[in-house]
This record gives sequence, structure tokens and C-alpha cells, in this order.
Amino acid sequence: MDITSPAFKQNARRALDDAHLQEALGHVHAGFIDKRRKVYDALPEFEQLRDNARDIKNHTLAHLDLYLEAFEEKVRETGGEVHYAGTAADARDLVLGICQRVGARTVTKGKSMIAEEVGLNDHLEANGIEPVETDLGEYIIQIRGEAPSHIIAPAIHLTKDQVADGFRRAHTRLPPDRDLSDASSLLAEARAELRQRFLAADVGITGANFLVAETGTSVIVTNEGNGDLTQMLPRVHIVLTSIEKITPTLEDVSQIVRLLARSATGQDMAAYTTFSTGPRRAGDPDGPEEFHVVILDNGRSAMIGSELQDMLRCIRCGACMNHCPVYQEVGGHAYGWVYSGPMGAVLTPTLIGVDKAGHLPNASSFCGRCEAVCPMKIPLPKMMRHWREREFERHLSPATQRWGLGLWAFFARRPWLYHRATRLAMRVLGNMGARRGRFRRLPLAGGWTRHRDLPTPQGQTFQEMWAERRRRA
Amino acid sequence: MTTDGGGATVGLFATCLVDLFRPSVGFAAVRLLEAAGCTVEVPAAQTCCGQPAYNSGDRRDAREIARQVIAAFEPYDYVVAPSGSCAGMIRIHYPGLFAADDPWRARAEALAARTHELIAFLVDVRGMTAVEAEFAGSVTYHDGCSGLRELNVRDQPRRLLRSVKGLELTELHDTEACCGFGGTFCVKYADISNAIVERKTAEIVETGAATVLAGDLGCLLNIAGKLHRQDRKIAARHVAEVLAGMTEAPPIGEPVET
Repeated sequence: MDITSPAFKQNARRALDDAHLQEALGHVHAGFIDKRRKVYDALPEFEQLRDNARDIKNHTLAHLDLYLEAFEEKVRETGGEVHYAGTAADARDLVLGICQRVGARTVTKGKSMIAEEVGLNDHLEANGIEPVETDLGEYIIQIRGEAPSHIIAPAIHLTKDQVADGFRRAHTRLPPDRDLSDASSLLAEARAELRQRFLAADVGITGANFLVAETGTSVIVTNEGNGDLTQMLPRVHIVLTSIEKITPTLEDVSQIVRLLARSATGQDMAAYTTFSTGPRRAGDPDGPEEFHVVILDNGRSAMIGSELQDMLRCIRCGACMNHCPVYQEVGGHAYGWVYSGPMGAVLTPTLIGVDKAGHLPNASSFCGRCEAVCPMKIPLPKMMRHWREREFERHLSPATQRWGLGLWAFFARRPWLYHRATRLAMRVLGNMGARRGRFRRLPLAGGWTRHRDLPTPQGQTFQEMWAERRRRA
Repeated sequence: MTTDGGGATVGLFATCLVDLFRPSVGFAAVRLLEAAGCTVEVPAAQTCCGQPAYNSGDRRDAREIARQVIAAFEPYDYVVAPSGSCAGMIRIHYPGLFAADDPWRARAEALAARTHELIAFLVDVRGMTAVEAEFAGSVTYHDGCSGLRELNVRDQPRRLLRSVKGLELTELHDTEACCGFGGTFCVKYADISNAIVERKTAEIVETGAATVLAGDLGCLLNIAGKLHRQDRKIAARHVAEVLAGMTEAPPIGEPVET
């Protein structure tokens, strides 16, 4: 996927001016925020579950090597194969290799952010294999040639009309004047199209919400059942996933999964929660003949023991971006890569470098709503601040900002000088702005006054007035 | 009426925005604290809590300023700030600025434990349940994010506002939404900040309130500035002004009528 994170500010500007996008984003609030609130209020043990989930993941990360090995052994025992991919290129080549060995022509895909991260689809296409997205949102953006803009609702940036438009252009065998004005007709059409693709696929690729070390099981959570058809119908099932998805036991998964859908969409559970262990066994009515798990690192093991370790607790629910005031205004594409919103602001610099992704952790008001709703209690603002500290150390922030901050700090650390300077400045500003009570324009304050008036200071500082009051007393 | 038995000395952390833009908030805070039986002093060696440096990644300057604040405020029983974000900085973030074996860490922790946002202090520590103020009119209340999430300031201002004679409180649709100020964020990412504050002012207008109150002057300057740019005739004040019955000063951004 092309990286446009360095152009975040321009991306954001475009997003703010995009009427379709703004209309689509307007639904996020009622859709996700209010729904999560309802299920949160209805589950008395929600907070306890958050603590448990955090502790489970912390424990796992402290012993990740042991659990990975345990998982691998169980997968082998149950007839599957585990492949370790150190880098994105390794993952692409491993998946391609399996597909080529079985002579695959088409591959169905359940939603996988790892596949986006490593650029799998382009690689398969370049080698003559056709990937077909089966998650409806992913399918929609695939036919429009777009990237996902949200980790669980990839097409959330589109309006219904835009979707209908995409279907008309892509499904050319259907009558062009058919009625696509309501969601159910769009759904029916997508279902019919995808059904053929499911049946024809040679390989099915899914992600994994969890990898269970105890049993060698991969777990996926979908609302459409597309994951099930992707992994059961073809001869070969490849799970493309990453190291931090390992969870010790089924019991552990059962705790965390209680938070996943509630945090993501306000459902108690997703429509389908699917557990897959190995290929089909003798006597099974269906299932793949081969079961592969490709486990990606791509910089994750380096996060363990660092200030970014907590990010590895992420279960990709999307609650953070649903509640983020910045995401709500600019949507996911502005972030410029696979991961958006607060989790993207932390993970993107980690995976592609803070020199490219520097804007992302800075474009935050630190309101903290993300951390408040994160089921895994990930301290997202703290890690964004960590990136700001790295940028400051490496002098990556703009010179004017650094200079301005330095000047301010010089005064702030010298109270006597600060009080003298501010007394003078506030007297001047107070006089200048007394008549109107506010400034529409003010030199050096263009960043503020572009969009807001600046209220006039009352003219004396509190320190000054307090000192006067004490003198009089 | 106090819960901790008698007089207490409070070092008032005025905050840089109150100090520079709206001292009347500082005086309202003093009146409320004195009504709660506290002796208030204002150490002169205070300028800012250091958040601008801290949130820009400049830990070194943040640490210097923190040491300055700790040293200036240690003599008092309590540190009280009319701001959730400044109180949060001292209470939640100061200790972590210092290494575990640094003697300043213990001093920071000791001070943090005695640092409070103004309204939370009055209600939770001093046991205040009502004020004697009057304020006729419809009001809505914006919860500043730091106070809300770092310090659990939510019920306390509402409890006291309910006791204000003549005041009618209507809640915003989303009481947990950021106003888009975020310190330097509002100028570094001005367009995004603007979109966020427009969403906030739309909700304020929707309540039909004549006045919006909040506990943080950063939020208030942002919200008032936007309301004025939109030519909205909605007044903005710090909640301390209303609770202290000190509303002689014009609302934020309004001129003094001569």
C-alpha cells in the first residue's frame, strides 16, 4: 500500500472538504459510539474484563516465545503447518509459494490487516493469481481500487450511493438500470457475486483475531460469515497473522472476545465467531485439505521490552478510532497507511518510521477518549507522547515550533522575568482589544485567528492584581 | 463545612491562561476556597505547569518547570488549580518526569497527592454541597478532557451548579467530546481543531443555552473564540465565576461596557 503519511496535513485538508466523506463520517458517532455505550452500561463486569484482558496479554507478551512454540507444536500435531515470516517480503513470498505449489488461480480473502500491511494483493496479482476480497467492505473498496479507511469497517468512508455506483461499474453482466437504492439490494447483489467466487477459489486466506496456543486454533470474528466460506470451501486455508495474536488458552480467548464486538460495534458477540484447528479430519463433512499459519514479525518482537510494548495488546477492535475526535473529522485515509486513528498514530511510526509518520502522533489533542474505551487499556496518548519525544530528540519537528517552544520555556523557567514580560504584553493586548473584547486578527497568532476570534486579555495579570491586593491589605 | 476538620492552607495554582487572560477566574477561585474555610496564598514563583513542553516532547524543560512548581508549592496543605488540565499535569504526570531513584520523584508524588482541580477539591475534600450564588438563565456545561478522564471531575461541578438559584442546566448531546483545544494542537493542526470545535459549538447551540460553562480556560477561549467568529450570541464563562457569584466581568471575549 502506498504510504502518504508524510502528507497528513494535506490529506486532512482534502478530507475536511470532501462532502461524501463528511456525510459518511457523520454516521460514525451514532453508529459506533452510542451503541458501545449501550452495551457497556448493560454489562456490569465490563471494567473487570478490561483488567483481565490486559493482564492476559501482558502475561503472554512476557512469555511470547514459549507460547509461540506451544502453538506451533499444536498446529503440527493437528495436521497443519506454521511458517515464520520475519519481514513483509517473507510473508508475501511464503503465501505466494503455497499458492503456486497448489496451482492456485483465484484466492478468496477474509479481512486481514496483515495482508494490507505486507501488500499481499498486489504481489499475488503481479504473479498471475487473482485475490477476491469477501468481506463486503473490503470487496467494495477492492472494486473501487481503494485502500481500507478503518480496521473493521473498511468502506466506512463511502456513502450508499458511492457503493451503488461502484457495483454498477464492476458488475457489468447485470442490467444497468436495476434499482440499487436501498442497502438490501446492494447486499443481495454482493452476496450473489461473491457466492460464485467462494465456490471457485483454490486457496482461502484469513486473518486471525486470536491464535490459541493451547489447541493450535485460529479464531476469527465476522458478521457476514465470509470468513467461514473463505476458509472451509477451498482446498487450502492460509491464516496470515502476526506474533502478538497468540493467546494462551481457550478460556483466555473467551474473556477477551467478550470485549471485542462490544467495543467494536456495540454487539454482544459478532454474528460468527469461528474456531479452526487444522485441516479436515477423516469423517469431517467439509474443510480444507491443508492448514497453514503464516506468522509475521515485521518489527513487533522489537517492541517487546520497549516503551511501545503495550501496543502489542491491541485486538484491532477499532473502538479508539470510533471515539477519536480527529478521526471523526478526517477519516482513515488521511493517516496515509494501513492503520489509522489513535492505534495507527502509535503503530505506523513503529512500523514505517517516525520520520515518515511523524504527523500522526502529533495530530492529537490528547483528549484520552481512545484510552478510556480501549478494551485492552492501552495507554495510547502516552505512546503518542513517546513519539513526540523521539521527534524532539531527533530535531524532526519544524524549526519554528522548536524555536517558539524554546523561547517560551526560557521565560517560563524564570518567574520574575516572565511576570514582567507578561504584565507588559497583557497591558498592550488588553488596550488594543478593549473596544471589541476580542481580536479577529493578530500578528503572530494567525494559527489561532484563522478560524476563531481571540478573546482580549483583561489587561492585568492575576499575579499583578494579587500583589496589588496584598499591598493594599 | 469541611470534611477534613478545620482550616487548611491552599497554594493557588492560578494557571498561565487565568494569569494572563482572565484573572477574575483566579479571584473567583479564591472566594470559593475561602468560603470553604481555606487560607489561600499565591506563590509568586509560578508561571505554568509545563504542559506545552511536556506535550511537545521536551521532557527536559517540563522537568525544570516541574521542579520549580514543586519547590514553590510544597509548603502548603493543598495545591488547587481552576483547571483540570493543569491539576492533571501536576497530579498525574509530574512523578513520571523523574527517575525512580531521583529524590524529586518522591517530592513530586507527595505534592501530587495533595493537588486538586478546584471544583473537585471543594466537593470531595472540603465537603461543599451547595453555593449561595444566583445566576438566572439557561446554561450548558463542557467537560474538559483532562479533568474528566485523568481526575474524574464530572459530578462535582454539576452538583454545585444545581444549587445555584435560577440556573437551568441542559446537557450537551455528547458530554464526553473534546472541544479541539488540546494546547498547541489547536494551532499546529488548526483545520482539524476547527472542525472539532465547530461540532462542539453546534451541540452548544442545540441545547438552547444562553451561557456555556467549563472548568478549563483553554477550552473556554477556544469555544468562545469560535462562537464569536460564528456570530453566536452565547456567553462563555469559567464555572468558578458563576459558583462564586462573581459575574461582574463581561463574558469571555465580550468588551467591558462603558
